[in-house]
Amino acid sequence: MSKLIMSGNEAVARGCYEAGVHFAAAYPGTPSTEILENIGGLYRDEIYSEWSPNEKVAAEAALGASIGGMRAICTFKHVGMNVAADPIFTAGYCGVNGGLVYVTADDPACHSSQNEQDNRLYAPHAKLAMIEPSDSQECKDFLKKAYEISEAFDTPVLFRMTTRVCHSKSVVKLGERQEVPVRKYEKHPEKYSMLPVNARKRHIIREELLGKLEEYSYTSDLNRVEEVNGTDTGVITSGISYQYVKDVFGDSVSVLKMGLTHPLSKKLLTEFASKYEKIIVVEEGEPYLENAVKTLGFTNVTGKDKLTIQGEFNTKVVRDSLLGEQDTFRYKAEGVEVPARPPVLCAGCPHRGFYYALSKQAEKFVSAGDIGCYALAVNPPLNGFDTCICMGAGFSALVGLSRALKAQGDTRKAIGELGDSTFFHSGLTSLIDIVASETNAVAVILDNSITAMTGHQENPGTVRNLMGYESPAIDIVALVKALGIDDDHLRIFDPIDQEAAKEALEAAYQAEGPFVIITKRPCALIKEVQKANAGKHVAIDPDKCVGCRQCMKVACPSLAFDGEKKKAYVADTANCNRCGLCIQQCKFGAIGKAGE
Amino acid sequence: MTKSIILVGVGGQGTITTSSILAKGLIEDGYDVKMSEIHGMSQRGGTVVTQIKYGEKVYSPIIGDGEADLIVSFEKVEAVRALPYLKEGGTIVTDTREIFPMPVLTGAAAYPSDAVEKLQKEVPNVVVIHAAQTAETLGNVKAQNIVLLGALVKQLGLMEIDWKKIIQETVPAKFAELNLKAFDAGCTM
Repeated sequence: MSKLIMSGNEAVARGCYEAGVHFAAAYPGTPSTEILENIGGLYRDEIYSEWSPNEKVAAEAALGASIGGMRAICTFKHVGMNVAADPIFTAGYCGVNGGLVYVTADDPACHSSQNEQDNRLYAPHAKLAMIEPSDSQECKDFLKKAYEISEAFDTPVLFRMTTRVCHSKSVVKLGERQEVPVRKYEKHPEKYSMLPVNARKRHIIREELLGKLEEYSYTSDLNRVEEVNGTDTGVITSGISYQYVKDVFGDSVSVLKMGLTHPLSKKLLTEFASKYEKIIVVEEGEPYLENAVKTLGFTNVTGKDKLTIQGEFNTKVVRDSLLGEQDTFRYKAEGVEVPARPPVLCAGCPHRGFYYALSKQAEKFVSAGDIGCYALAVNPPLNGFDTCICMGAGFSALVGLSRALKAQGDTRKAIGELGDSTFFHSGLTSLIDIVASETNAVAVILDNSITAMTGHQENPGTVRNLMGYESPAIDIVALVKALGIDDDHLRIFDPIDQEAAKEALEAAYQAEGPFVIITKRPCALIKEVQKANAGKHVAIDPDKCVGCRQCMKVACPSLAFDGEKKKAYVADTANCNRCGLCIQQCKFGAIGKAGE
Repeated sequence: MTKSIILVGVGGQGTITTSSILAKGLIEDGYDVKMSEIHGMSQRGGTVVTQIKYGEKVYSPIIGDGEADLIVSFEKVEAVRALPYLKEGGTIVTDTREIFPMPVLTGAAAYPSDAVEKLQKEVPNVVVIHAAQTAETLGNVKAQNIVLLGALVKQLGLMEIDWKKIIQETVPAKFAELNLKAFDAGCTM
């Protein structure tokens, strides 16, 4: 079989293919996104796949496929599982017909997330089986095993990955697809209709199944003991932490590598821990394995007393924490101040236009942001918003925030912004609340025709779907109007157009009750948009530039200021796509069109 | 013995393509290889770090402080930013290309143009090359990453691997010739 270097996410996608999976659904979220991207891109003939509007919908769609008899998968980033938690907890009671796997991609160190939650804790809470791979080969092999376990024990399986498992690449041996027939759908309301009378019974059955699964866990090859003679130390670990343990200790200690981490085999843990004077538990995040070992009565356990709960590990972190700092030599470039390189809104980004306009009327508004590229507008000089909590909160928070401002006599108006994909995700229900509660606030939908932050995924507003087929585009304007927003309380414009943006924000401030702004301009990085703008850029006439720095306030990576000459200049003509925002704001007419 | 390499640059410079080609070649040569990169915000003009480890058996896919044998920097100050990764006696290959970050563009911070000279005072093994400039001369600055690939495999003593075949398999056909020239240029640096 051929060997390829694959990311964990690519390997999970491949695993779905080989395991005969029929159905895949997800909402994009770093570090999980590439799983569905690969399924949609490579295996659309074998696997139906979709970007669902949000993780709850995806989890329910996958559960429906499973009840119907298909092998199904649903993936999300760790915080996406919070959105999907409602159906998943009940899915634990229902069990499955076709195998069902939920993939959680956790993000220790918050590389691209708002928190560091450890979703292993969901497995005992929702009563799911849980499997943790440590590299790409295991991502593929363990996923296939997950479907066997799911069907054998009538349980959804939580497949828990972390950023470094998802995004690091290692060598994978490929296999063939196993064609698995769709199981016959049979009516079982006692199993799939969770009214109290059924749920009480299912809870009993679930506990019994978990007991059987724990017995299986003792013999499962997902768990592995690497025994070394003559050592007094046993290390218990799972996931990516196993790799760091091997780097630090090599073959000098015994290792219990747990792959099936819920239900944990108490027998296996006890047998292993009893053999050693010292037990070390190495795991990122919460003391999940450590607590399990301690609950069994072992006291000779080192874990979170030395290894951090916060952030992520690497070999050095594990070595220094457990053995004391080993090498302290570091090169330093004396006297070099390295300037920060924060991520910025791209040249030509439509969001810059809206937030630049808002910054000019900042004194009138208290602004709530949301999750997406536009979250980058929080940085100076745009200072676009005060809060960014989770998907949809940019709208829902206004219902409370506007009332709190009024209660303290603050005359500023609450305004919230979120993107088209976030609107479909959970902004729609939030906007319904704004309308139904007659909240005096401004809801802004920054429609750039794509799910941009996670790397350009399709959404219900796009004309194509994940599999590359044409799909009906949901009309955001029509949706908003259907909620009862009339033309006096609605503005639709290109956010680069500063006249239109100014008028809209003024009208929004003056209006009473719910007001909606929809900005429409596609992301500058969409291929067709890039093609259309190829070669276009602006030029700055140094004779007209007076060095007022006003253009620096738009914070565009294509523009720069020469401190010695006291003139603005175009730093990157290739990057600039002449959106025209800087041209509009230069009072001296120094910036003009150039290029093709 | 495992070798640890860090590729560092700015979003859009092609660090990930370079590391993919490198990984393919190393696997074909029989090494165990692991690669690590962070997706997400780095696509929006931030620093991009790609890590590659190879050897007989590689466990951790990531490189900690003081663990890198070689740092290849696609941009001048990024070499300094990545410096804590370098192991004692390790080597830095850096391009002279300057890409100003937002605080420099707006005049809020200064760009340390003498970064390389200062780096050379501290680190014995600094190889300074003009990859972006060379790529521009060859016809497209985007081939900078392949010039750097040439310089990189030369540093690692991996010239026996058929890199040209892998480049041709990886880059779009219309850019193949440019990239092959870029690779040759890098090998002489």
